[in-house]
Amino acid sequence: MRPFLYERADSPERAVQAAASGLSGNPAHVQAASQFIAGGTNLSDLMKIDVMRPEKLVDINPVGGTPAGRIEVSDTGIRFGALVRMAQAEEHPAVKERYPVIAQTLKLAATQQLRNMASLGGNLLQRTRCEYFREVSWPCNKRVPGSGCSALEGINRQHAVLGSSRNCIATYPGDFAQALIALDAMVETMGPGGVRRLRFADLHRPPGDTPHVETALEAAELITAITVPAGPWTRRSLYLKIRDRESYAFALASAAVALDMEGDRVREARIALGGVATVPWRAREAEEALRGKPLDEKTAMAAAEVALAQAAPREHNAFKVPLAKQTIVRALLDAKRMEA
Amino acid sequence: MSVTAPEPKRNMGQPVPRVDARLKVTGEARYPADVPLNNLAHGVLVTSDIARGRIKRLDLAEAKAVQGVIEILTHENARELKPLAFGNAVATSISPLAEPRIWHDGQIIALVLADTYEAAREAAYRVKAEYDTEPPSAGFGSAGTETVLAKDVTETHKEDPAVGDVEAALRSAAVTIDVEYSTPTQHHNPIELFSTTCAWAGDQLTVYEPSQFVYGYKHAVAKQLGIDPRNVRVISQYIGGAFGSKGPMTPRTGIVALAAKRINRPVRCVVTRQQGFTTTTYRAETRHRIRIGATPDGKITGFSHEGWEITSRPDAYVVAGTDTTSRLYGYGAVWTRVNMVKADRNTPGYMRSPPELPYNYALESAMDELAVALKMDPVELRRVNDTMKEPIKGLPYTSRPLMQCYDEAAASFGWSKRNPAVGSMREDDWLIGWGCATAVYPTNMGAAAARVRLSSDGSVRVQTAAHEIGTGAYTVIGQMAAERLGVGIEAVNVELGDTALPPAPVAGGSNTTATVCSTVLKACDAIRDKLFRAAVAAKDSPLAGRDPAQLELRGGTVQAGGASEKLSDLFARMGSGAIEEYAEWMPAGFAPESIQKLYNGTSTLKGGSKGDKMMYAFGAEFVEVRIHARTREIRVPRIVGAFAGGRIMNTRTARSQLMGGMIWGIGSALHEKTEIDPRAARYLNKNISEYLIPVNADIQQLEVILVPEEDREVNPAGIKGLGELGNVGTAAAIAAAVYHATGKRIRDLPIRLENLLST
Repeated sequence: MRPFLYERADSPERAVQAAASGLSGNPAHVQAASQFIAGGTNLSDLMKIDVMRPEKLVDINPVGGTPAGRIEVSDTGIRFGALVRMAQAEEHPAVKERYPVIAQTLKLAATQQLRNMASLGGNLLQRTRCEYFREVSWPCNKRVPGSGCSALEGINRQHAVLGSSRNCIATYPGDFAQALIALDAMVETMGPGGVRRLRFADLHRPPGDTPHVETALEAAELITAITVPAGPWTRRSLYLKIRDRESYAFALASAAVALDMEGDRVREARIALGGVATVPWRAREAEEALRGKPLDEKTAMAAAEVALAQAAPREHNAFKVPLAKQTIVRALLDAKRMEA
Repeated sequence: MSVTAPEPKRNMGQPVPRVDARLKVTGEARYPADVPLNNLAHGVLVTSDIARGRIKRLDLAEAKAVQGVIEILTHENARELKPLAFGNAVATSISPLAEPRIWHDGQIIALVLADTYEAAREAAYRVKAEYDTEPPSAGFGSAGTETVLAKDVTETHKEDPAVGDVEAALRSAAVTIDVEYSTPTQHHNPIELFSTTCAWAGDQLTVYEPSQFVYGYKHAVAKQLGIDPRNVRVISQYIGGAFGSKGPMTPRTGIVALAAKRINRPVRCVVTRQQGFTTTTYRAETRHRIRIGATPDGKITGFSHEGWEITSRPDAYVVAGTDTTSRLYGYGAVWTRVNMVKADRNTPGYMRSPPELPYNYALESAMDELAVALKMDPVELRRVNDTMKEPIKGLPYTSRPLMQCYDEAAASFGWSKRNPAVGSMREDDWLIGWGCATAVYPTNMGAAAARVRLSSDGSVRVQTAAHEIGTGAYTVIGQMAAERLGVGIEAVNVELGDTALPPAPVAGGSNTTATVCSTVLKACDAIRDKLFRAAVAAKDSPLAGRDPAQLELRGGTVQAGGASEKLSDLFARMGSGAIEEYAEWMPAGFAPESIQKLYNGTSTLKGGSKGDKMMYAFGAEFVEVRIHARTREIRVPRIVGAFAGGRIMNTRTARSQLMGGMIWGIGSALHEKTEIDPRAARYLNKNISEYLIPVNADIQQLEVILVPEEDREVNPAGIKGLGELGNVGTAAAIAAAVYHATGKRIRDLPIRLENLLST
């Protein structure tokens, strides 16, 4: 770890001010000179292995004393302050009852110890587990723009088959994000330019030619809250995470699904995929393929085929294509059996 | 999973709780990196990011500018370290700071010394190295590797066991199989990080380092430094997991000692998790070809096993598990060969069941394939080929309760309810498979010395430089002394892990309990003899005139036929405060010089197939796997193992070892694999977040059955080590169960869900 300035902020305004002061113009990516730290479960890890070398850390934990530390539930939806811990959100009765997919994405992530520390806002920005990103001596376009992607022709079992580019195939590792993108969540932020709301689906940027620019956040822009609208599909929702071991592992493939059914027919389906894409991934074409149809093995598989139609596998991750399809089918059929 | 310690059966000791349990769980046990020292400087390693080439230039300017940096040792200023010959207590002949050459990824290229760990680490990041790189060979399938016959280049495997005409046997066999298997690179990853702490007082060096062989380290580091070994003391009282990785000494030890000398301050170097993958040892990947021929009723007539193992360019490390696989069953003809494949890698090293895990995975998987080909129950196939004489020279096993282990484990598992048809045991969306395999491990023993003192107050002190690597050595050694000297375990103080104590061999090959308990037994018996002779000699003793052979020492008294005398009274009459005995012990048939070699830092282990009789511990493991019909994730909800290890000193610690072994076996089957980039010959998942081992959620029902066994031939204590036994065979049992569930035979470990998905 290298030396850094450390400052505590007890309000979003002060946090933004602290992050912006003297360090303006830095893009909100892995090499940004100032970083917010909440649970630190990902940032401190990346600092120890020298991947992130921030000059300044703004500790936003005291911001948890503001509405940014609370969960508010109403008939129109749910609002998570960005400083809410993962463990807090997963145990919230209304979340478990009305939005099971959210509770499950949290519960199936990491370990209890990590979830006790990790904030929801930080979790959204969790960085890839690509080993070529996490070891500084490898070329990596995400870490050092223009240096090349070592994973393309390397060991890429864990890498993405959706949303990749010729510059980056690193997988977005998170689970919670899949529930949010499926449920059309919004993100509230505060930055030097003021507050704004953006669609969660627009927060992460596919790698394209700029894999080092991971999100739409501006320099010193802080996520303050996540809102999820209520909908007839949220109760019949679940998260299915397939991994090499039973717990404490990243997804090889996962599916967050939510269903609004009319008898056997699908009124509306929401499908998001984890472990297989470079960003939180909404399978909109697959959802459309199900609309108005009876949900059964055949229609579920047809939707899964559509979801993976654009998949671009590499040498070691080709299995993720059939795996993701089977994950979608299993998740949809399991969700169908739920009580709405 | 039950946590109750098993009730002792015949020839088993009490489940005494670990005497150091409280120290460990409260953090009071002092591991080598915990030892407080005044004026300590911190060292952080810098490692190469190429696997083959030469250092062209090191730029240290930025690193030296970091506040608190004292000095940086590199090949340009620390060349006085002597290269060591590979083998025994020496992990590698590679001497990183002696030359600019790079032999492998992550080789030590510098040691940064600073006042704080943080400064040293920051400066380590700022060391810049330029290399002349050469294309490296990563391993099997890479261009530029060199394949040699193991027997031509290593002392540890001088001949390939063979007997009879295998080709003829295979040609005439009714049923034959010809199959290939592979196992991956694995790293030990003990939770305690590797570390070295060195402090000099004049010309006296003290090394605090987690070590499975303190005497070996003492002599190896003395050679590395070119100093008299009498001036070196190595202390390693607790070790936070080792599994072989702390067996032989790595070059870091001498580098840190030199650094401490250079700056005239104690130096501590704690190796990062990532650096642990490349600066120490690992289990090399292996490949196997097995051919078996059998009669229609399952009697094997020909067995052929060829193995290939990766090693480094300069060092001939080989495990050669054919020494065991060639003798495990009553085959007819046998042919074996072991090849070494040299690549640009760090030198591999011992890792729990070094030969048995990969080689018996291959053999036991082949046995299951043969059972399928024969349409025979796999347990019955083992029974048909069970033998009390190994096939190569016809040597007898001292004891071999293999089928008893199978029968007890099978009964508890419910094997008789198995439907042998593939895919027949489905439950909802889960495909169920059952499989079994043999566990086997050689009973190794070495020469050792111990000092035991019995004081007049009934307290006992046992001193020997054996090692507590987490297995319960303090406890079982204490139990042996307590039992022989008739005192409670609480009266015994055991001192281990220090070269100031009498020598003991490497804590490897599961030999410690057998070796050290036999040695302590000998010392205790000498004490008993003195006491008993004194007791019967004194006229005024209640035991006067009795036959010393009839006396017993129990509960702090010497007893015989109703008469007894308190120890304190006996000592008083003797005019003595304590009796102390120094015992040296060697297994029968050992070369006499073995004991002197031990004092000079070389362990000699014998047992298994290396003597006139076959000495092995046995077991049988049964597993149930569940595989999801759609997504194909593989889980092991149930595993039963039955094991016999001669005399069991402590059923609690024995069970823990076997349980840990079986869990390890599950990991070796389904999880563990070090990924290597084939272009660069570099490890990728150098952390325990991506190097997977089972977590609690992966382990559900696990049963350990201890099968009573008495073997008076193996050693005076009658003990067969079982520290490593538990992870042998597990992977083969799981592979067999996966086949039973799915009809897919996966021969390359680890078995992952992609092997079972249809694309």
